[in-house]
Amino acid sequence: MSVTAPAPVLETAPDALPEAGVGVRLEDGWRLNPRVALRPEPFGALAYHFGNRRLSFLRRPELVTVVRALAAAPDVRTALRESGVPEEQFTAYVGALSTLAESDMIHPRKEGQR
Amino acid sequence: MTITAPRPQAPRPQGGTLVDQFELGLDAPICLTWELTYACNLACAHCLSSSGTRDPRELTTEQCEAVIDELQRMQVFYVNIGGGEPTIRPDFWHLLQYAVDHQVGVKFSTNGVRLNPERARFLASTDYVDVQISLDGATAEVNDYVRGPGSYDTAILALKNLQEAGFKDAKISVVCTRENISQLDEFKAIADHYGATLRLTRLRPSGRGADVWDELHPLPEQQRELYDWLMANGEDVLTGDSFFHLAAFGEALPGLNLCGAGRVVCLIDPIGDVYACPFAIHDNFLAGNLLADGGFAEVWQTSELFQDLRAPQTSGACTKCEFFDSCRGGCMAAKFFTGLPMDGPDPECVQGYGESALAADRSIPAASQDHSRATPGRNQPVMLTLGKRPTDFTPPTSAPVSACAENPLAGFTP
Repeated sequence: MSVTAPAPVLETAPDALPEAGVGVRLEDGWRLNPRVALRPEPFGALAYHFGNRRLSFLRRPELVTVVRALAAAPDVRTALRESGVPEEQFTAYVGALSTLAESDMIHPRKEGQR
Repeated sequence: MTITAPRPQAPRPQGGTLVDQFELGLDAPICLTWELTYACNLACAHCLSSSGTRDPRELTTEQCEAVIDELQRMQVFYVNIGGGEPTIRPDFWHLLQYAVDHQVGVKFSTNGVRLNPERARFLASTDYVDVQISLDGATAEVNDYVRGPGSYDTAILALKNLQEAGFKDAKISVVCTRENISQLDEFKAIADHYGATLRLTRLRPSGRGADVWDELHPLPEQQRELYDWLMANGEDVLTGDSFFHLAAFGEALPGLNLCGAGRVVCLIDPIGDVYACPFAIHDNFLAGNLLADGGFAEVWQTSELFQDLRAPQTSGACTKCEFFDSCRGGCMAAKFFTGLPMDGPDPECVQGYGESALAADRSIPAASQDHSRATPGRNQPVMLTLGKRPTDFTPPTSAPVSACAENPLAGFTP
C-alpha cells in the first residue's frame, strides 16, 4: 500500500527531502500538518504540503478517513478502530502513516493538543 | 470537437498503479498552465501559442480573480502562468499576489523583460512563487537565432537580478533543439552559476513551432545524446515529463512517463478557452470556454473531449511494439501538428517508426489561430545564416542589362 510518490508533474524542488527516522506508534496521538491540504480524488486523496510544495497520493479512501480521524482520536489505535480498519491491517496502516510522517504530512501531537 | 469517436463509459476501476488512475482523470488538474496574455515583446520562432499581439477578448482582472477563486475551491494547488509574456500585463503582479493569497501557488514563465532589481526583490520576498526564465541557447548566438536579438542578454540579466536579490532556485527553461543539444553541459553550468535549476523540454510542432519544426527538431542521433545526458544528469534536472517518447531507448526516465492531457493537466488561454494541454492550442483540442460553459470546473469535469481523453485510448500499430509500455505512443500534440494519425507513432519515435510515418502521405493541419504581429517587430528573429558561395559558381562576364537599355545589341554576347 504505497501512499506517497514524488510528484514529477509538479516538479518539487530537489531540496524538499523528507525528514528521516520518524516512526508512528499505535499509542501516540498524531494530526494532519496544518500546512497540508487533502483533496479528495476517486482513488483516495491528494495531499499537498504548502511548506515544501510536495505532493503525496493517498491511494485508498480508507487511509484518507484514518488521516482525517487522527486529530480527534486520542491515539492512532483509536483512529484506526473508529475508521473501521480491521485489526490485522493495523501494521500496514502504521507503515503508511509512517511514510506520511517522513514527508512531514502528519505531525505527532503533543499532550492536550488537537 | 472530439478527435476520435466517443467510446462507452465504464465504471471507474479501483486500484492499479497511480499512472493507471491518472489515465482515468482526476476531479481537478494536478497542475495547469494558464496563458495570461497573447501579447509578447518577443516573437520566438517556435512559440507554442503563436503569441505577439494581445487578444481584445483577454480576461479582465476581475475575471482572472474569479478563475483563481475557482481554482482555490477546486484545490488546484499550483498553476504555471505563461503567455505570451505574462509580466507585460499591467495587472500581472496583482494577480500573482492574489493567487498566492488564495492558496494557489504560481510558477511563471518569462523571458525576463520585466525582472528588474526591484521586481526581483519582491519575488525573493514571496514564499510561494517560482520563476522560470526561458533560454534556448547557452550562447547569445544560438539563443537569439530563435528567440530574437537581445533576448539572451535579457534572460541572463534577469537571472543575475534574481540571484542578487536572494531569490532561491529559479528555473532555467530550455526547449531542446537541433542547435542546442550540444550545449547541455553549458546550460547546466549557467544554471549552477546562478543558483538555478535547469529544466529541459521538448520542441513541439505547435503554434509557430509548426513552421520551424522540420529545421529545429533534434536529429535521431541527438535524441540519443539527449537521452544519455538525461540518464547521467537527470537527478538534478527537471523535464516536466516531456521526454517520455525517449523511454523507448530502454530505461524509462524519471517521471510519470504519461500523457497528462485532459487527465491531470490542461491549459487555460487568455480568453478563457480550455485546451487539453499547453502544446495543443487548436480547435481539435478545445474542451470549452470557462466564461461560456459555466466555469472551469464544469469544463474540466464534463467536457466531451476530456471525457474522451480519459477513456482507454487505441494506439493502433504501436501496441505491437515492444517499447509501447514505456512510450505509450508518444505525444498526441506532436502527432497532430505533424499530420500523423493519433493511433500511430510519435514523429520523433526513437525506434525509427516516426521517420517512415513522416515520409508517407500526410497533411499538416492548418493553425486555428495566430497572434503573430502582422509586421515584423525589431526583436523578431530572422532565421537565416550566411552561406558559402557554391563551388560551381561562375561569375558573370558583364554587367546586368537594365530594363530600359535601348541598344538593340544589349545583352548580346557574340
